[in-house]
Amino acid sequence: MSERRIELEVLRYNPETDREPRFQRYSVACREEWVLLDALNHVKETIDPTLSYRWSCHMAVCGSCGMMVDGEPKLACKTFLRDYPGVIRVEPLAHFPIERDLVTVIDDFMAKLARVKPYLIPKEPAPANAEYRQTPAELKKFKQFTLCINCMLCYAACPEYGLIPSYIGPAALALAHRYNQDSRDAGRATRQEEIAATEGVWECSFVGACSEVCPEHVDPAGAIQQVKIKSTVDWYKKHLMPWTKE
Amino acid sequence: MSRKPYVRPMTTEWIFRHSRYARYMLRESSCLFIAGWTLMLVWGLKQLAEGPAAWEAFLQGLTSPASIFFQLLTLGFASYHSITWFNLTPKALPVQLGEEFLPDGAISGAHFAAWAVVSIAILFLAGAF
Repeated sequence: MSERRIELEVLRYNPETDREPRFQRYSVACREEWVLLDALNHVKETIDPTLSYRWSCHMAVCGSCGMMVDGEPKLACKTFLRDYPGVIRVEPLAHFPIERDLVTVIDDFMAKLARVKPYLIPKEPAPANAEYRQTPAELKKFKQFTLCINCMLCYAACPEYGLIPSYIGPAALALAHRYNQDSRDAGRATRQEEIAATEGVWECSFVGACSEVCPEHVDPAGAIQQVKIKSTVDWYKKHLMPWTKE
Repeated sequence: MSRKPYVRPMTTEWIFRHSRYARYMLRESSCLFIAGWTLMLVWGLKQLAEGPAAWEAFLQGLTSPASIFFQLLTLGFASYHSITWFNLTPKALPVQLGEEFLPDGAISGAHFAAWAVVSIAILFLAGAF
C-alpha cells in the first residue's frame, strides 16, 4: 500500500470564539485508496479532535458529508485524494450559513423540502390488503428523481440560490416533480402553488450546475425545465381554453 | 451554548469558480448583443419610413467595418446561444416511447434540423439563392 502526505486547508469557524472563519492547514499521511472523509476522520482522531463535520454512511447514500473541495461541491466520502495533486482546500457547502467548521445550517432546505410535499398524495386510499399497481414504464418516468439523497450539493452549485435565498432550489423542485410524475399521485395541483411560483421554477435560469455536481446523477435542471413547460401549458389552457377545467 | 451561524457574503467571484459559470454568463450575455442588433433593425425601419435617401444612408452605414464587426459578433453570440440551448432541449423535453426514453441526440437533432430548415427558408425568402 503506497502512502503519501497531503496538505488539507480546512475552513474553521468556532461560533464561541471566532468573529469570522479562518483556514487551518493539516498535513496528513494518507493511503492511495483514501477518500477525503478518511483524511478528515484521521485528522479528528489523531491531530485535532475539535474539527467538526457531518458524516454517517461513508458510501454516498446518506448525503451528510457534502462540502466544497477546491471550490466544487462534493461528497467527502466520494472524493478520492489521489485525484488532487496539490493542497486541498476544504470548505463548508457554499450558500449555507456555517454552524461550526464544515457543518452548515440546513434549516432553510428542510423547510423548503416540506413545502413541496415530497410524498405520495394518492387519489384514493390504498386498496385494502393490496398494493398500488404501476407498470415499468410508469416507474421509469420518474425513477431517476428518486435517487436524490438530499445532500444539497446542488444548492451549493446553484448561483441563483446563492443570490436569491428565497428560491426553492434544485433538489426540492426535482423531488416535487418526482411525485408529480408518479402515476399513483394526485397532488400536483397542491404542489403547483409552491413550485410554479416565482420563488419556484421561474427563479431558475438554467445554469445547469445542479445536474453537473449531483453525486447520484439526478437531473434537477431537467426536472425544473419540465415543470416550467407543464406550468406554461397550464397557463395557456386556463386563459385560452377556460372550458377545459380539470 | 448559543448559536451564532456565520453567513458568508456572495461575491461576483462565483462566475470564475468553475468554467461552467463563465460559459453560462457568456450564454446569457448574448442578449446584450441581440438587443443591440434588434435596436439597429428598429432604427432601419425608421429610416425606411423616412424615405429613400435615409434608407440608402442606413444601408451604407451597415457596410462600415465597425458595423460588420458588430454584426459578426452578434452572429457569433446568437449562434452560441442557439447551439447551447438546443443541446439542452433533451433535458426539458424528454420523450418516453413505451418504457424507454428517446436518445438525447434525437431530440436535440430534431431541433437542429428544424433550425436549419427555418434558416434556409428565411435565406430563400431573402433572395440569397
